[in-house]
Amino acid sequence: MELIIDITLLTFLGLTALAINRIDKLFCVIMLSGIYSLLCASLFVTMDAVDVAFTEAAVGTGIATVLLLSTIGATETEQRSAPHRPLFALLVVCVTGAILVYGTMDMPAFGDPNAPIHQHVAPRYVQQSQHEIGSDNIVTSILSSYRGFDTLGETVVIFTAGLAVVGLIGFRGMQKFGDRQRAAGVTQNEMEQHLVLRIVIKMFIPLILLFALYVQFHGDFGPGGGFQAGVIFASAFIFYTLMSGLDAAMRVVSPRTLSYIAALGVLLYGGVGIATMLMGGNYLAYNVLRHDPLHGQHLGIFLIEVGVGTTVFSVMVLIFFAFSSRKGLRQ
Amino acid sequence: MNIGAHYNYWVAIFLMMTGFYVVITHGNLIKKLVGLNLFTTSVFILYISLAKVKGGTAPILVPGVEVYSNPLPHVLILTAIVVGVATTAVGLALVLLIYDRYGTIEEDEIRLKDDSL
Amino acid sequence: MNHLAVIQVIIPLLSAPLCLLLRWRTGAWLIALVATWTTFGVSIVLFRTVTLHGAITYDMGGWPAPWGINYHIDSLSALVALIVCGIAALTLAYAHKSAKHEVRPESLRAFYALLLICQAGLLGIALTGDAFNMYVFLEISSLSAYALIGLGQRRRALRAAFQYLIMGTIGATFILIGIGLLYSLTGTLNIQDLAARVVLIPESAYGHRTLITAFAFLTVGFSLKLALFPLHLWLPNAYTYAPSVVTIFLAATATKVAVYMLLRFSFCILGKRFVFEQLTLGNILLIPSLAAILIASLVAIFQYDIKRMLAYSSIGQIGYMTLGISLNSHAGLSAGILHMFNHALMKGALFMVMGAVAYRTGSVYLSDFRGLGRRMPWTMAAFVIGGMSLMGIPLTAGFISKWLLVEATLEVGWWPVTGVVLVGSLLAVIYIWRIIETAYFNPRHEIEHGTDEAPLSLMLPMWTLIGANIYFGINTTIPLQMAKRAATMLISGGTL
Repeated sequence: MELIIDITLLTFLGLTALAINRIDKLFCVIMLSGIYSLLCASLFVTMDAVDVAFTEAAVGTGIATVLLLSTIGATETEQRSAPHRPLFALLVVCVTGAILVYGTMDMPAFGDPNAPIHQHVAPRYVQQSQHEIGSDNIVTSILSSYRGFDTLGETVVIFTAGLAVVGLIGFRGMQKFGDRQRAAGVTQNEMEQHLVLRIVIKMFIPLILLFALYVQFHGDFGPGGGFQAGVIFASAFIFYTLMSGLDAAMRVVSPRTLSYIAALGVLLYGGVGIATMLMGGNYLAYNVLRHDPLHGQHLGIFLIEVGVGTTVFSVMVLIFFAFSSRKGLRQ
Repeated sequence: MNIGAHYNYWVAIFLMMTGFYVVITHGNLIKKLVGLNLFTTSVFILYISLAKVKGGTAPILVPGVEVYSNPLPHVLILTAIVVGVATTAVGLALVLLIYDRYGTIEEDEIRLKDDSL
Repeated sequence: MNHLAVIQVIIPLLSAPLCLLLRWRTGAWLIALVATWTTFGVSIVLFRTVTLHGAITYDMGGWPAPWGINYHIDSLSALVALIVCGIAALTLAYAHKSAKHEVRPESLRAFYALLLICQAGLLGIALTGDAFNMYVFLEISSLSAYALIGLGQRRRALRAAFQYLIMGTIGATFILIGIGLLYSLTGTLNIQDLAARVVLIPESAYGHRTLITAFAFLTVGFSLKLALFPLHLWLPNAYTYAPSVVTIFLAATATKVAVYMLLRFSFCILGKRFVFEQLTLGNILLIPSLAAILIASLVAIFQYDIKRMLAYSSIGQIGYMTLGISLNSHAGLSAGILHMFNHALMKGALFMVMGAVAYRTGSVYLSDFRGLGRRMPWTMAAFVIGGMSLMGIPLTAGFISKWLLVEATLEVGWWPVTGVVLVGSLLAVIYIWRIIETAYFNPRHEIEHGTDEAPLSLMLPMWTLIGANIYFGINTTIPLQMAKRAATMLISGGTL
């Protein structure tokens, strides 16, 4: 049964990829890439990677599609040029693919429990993490504690994306959006007429926010954590923007405030590490935060997840605001 | 024998190469970014396929279950997904500005505009 | 004391959000300045500690490797970290006037924050002992670099940044694939642990083909990042159209760190025997290196935009570094590593000259250099000395590494290669001489608007680097010893 699902999903993925290559209308391409992401997420679920599936669905399908759509909203909706040098590219691609296939010949069979990667580092995580960190979700234990430094890097990557958008697009451009709308005589948000949308969104926003908080704090016991929670929290704001317009949304929380929140999130994460150094441990060694190491781990993980969640949320909303505010320019 | 064992990997490789092909042949900047996304997401499929253990379950500790799939690749891919979307966001910001300054998002038209100056 | 390993990365990493929190733009510059100079001090202390006491290891989170991430700082890491921190400190001192002149005022705070993050990313790559951590910090430094390049004044900067983004992400994904393949064979991500386990996979064993594929993908990925010919296409545009400060920083550091990654993976993880003898990395690197030296230097001669000329010159100089590596000898490796250090000094100084010229005259075309020898005497003098270093004239740092490289090629008896190295220097003479001639010997054709000498805040860092060029050309003990130690360490498989 599992095998059939696996093969079906993989086939659909292949078809979607080929379709993305052939189609010229960018709107269709972006929708297909969203479908591709969702299929990947489903595939991850069948392969037991639930946290990864959650993140791929939220981040890959959700955020990436939203940003891509905002971009074509502000630029162009159809691809014009023909593929250039397709034969040479095909050659490069076939050679690369062949080398990779050659490389996988020696790899362990799919699902083999005796593969090297299941023998060496992973067993300690599976067997000891409950005892050393106290979390049921092994992925959270590794992400936040054992390999917490990587996650700091990841948070900085998101912050960098936010910085890039702030630096390249700028606050001023965003704030002038309201003026441009008024100058163009657009007084009403275009979505206001869609009554069903407005009512449904109004009902959903509090539920979404609550769910985001649940995902944030429940990451220890089930799939979840700071990244997914931050994205879901941001999606509530995106919904609100769709409903009431960018101007109103930017009055709820201004881009400048969002940039401060993002900076504070990164500083919180890094600050926890500095605190542990000051208390005698190594960087990000949560054991020293409390008398009982397990409590220390819980506190440390809690704090850094809050840091991650706030940075992710603020950067995602900031980028969305920045991209949406360009739309006014095309008109 | 080998085909069944490695089917997942090979499909992942096919998807990777499709994404790679889209990046190098198409001139539209947005299509390039979508292709790049395709490429990197397929690498994730490869990694997660490595992690699966037959008869195992998701790596969340549940009383009574003995065999879990390997959590380490999951952590790596979580990080990689986020890095990927950050790259897409920066790329799209650049595309927006390129459209502002050039008036087009097709690579050959951009090159023409630069060369004609 | 041992916390210094982490502090070196944490200071720039966490100062970046601080830059964003202040509304005062000069405040952002001040924070960045303090952060980079503190980090420079830390890197000097670490450098001395590693020289005197050997490699340092630091477990993040208190978890021992390979279950946790650790930092492993040996002679090569300390040298690369020193280069990055030193250049960053001088660039930040230089940046105040230059960035204000070239970057939009509302983007300045993000600009300094991105510079700090880029530095933190490069340092993270050099200091870490974990392969995946290296990938994460590689992406940190790359992403900030794309954004920094895009902040250039002309619209071509955006196109250059996008092109770099596409090529850089493909390279990084290749590296990710390589790391994944290595992981699937060994089950670990820690570099020293990987080295110990990879050695256990001999030639005929199951797993060898995966190892070869991993090596192939990693090498291509690194070559894209270090702009080895013919994967160098992103570099000329990126260096030319980025703001001057960004070009100075990236030209002097980013490609060196990519060379570091290549060295670390080839020698420490995969092992010299496998990489050079079985897979003949030496031959694989040789042809592109020679092509880089000859073709890039030739193309440089025909450039009228001088920043672009120096960019092509950089591609040629990277060819020298990889040539040193391809010789597969201790002498060649030391020469290549020393050239990393010297090139940072040379190119950093030359691009600072470009920034000063741009600050005063507004552009850096060859025609703008007319008569500059009289109007900006100190700046052009700096260019002359930097150019001499590039050509490899005695008493400059460039001479030492070129000489060592020639010695190394003679040692293995590859005469044609020696010839190429010398021809490369000759070509450098030609393209540097064009500038000198225009600046000093061109008669005045029209009335040039009076431009003064560059301001002090641009001159001091420039002349510090020039001074370093001369100092390390006369007394090259410290970097040379470190380069030799690093070479010994790499050849012995990374245990020092």
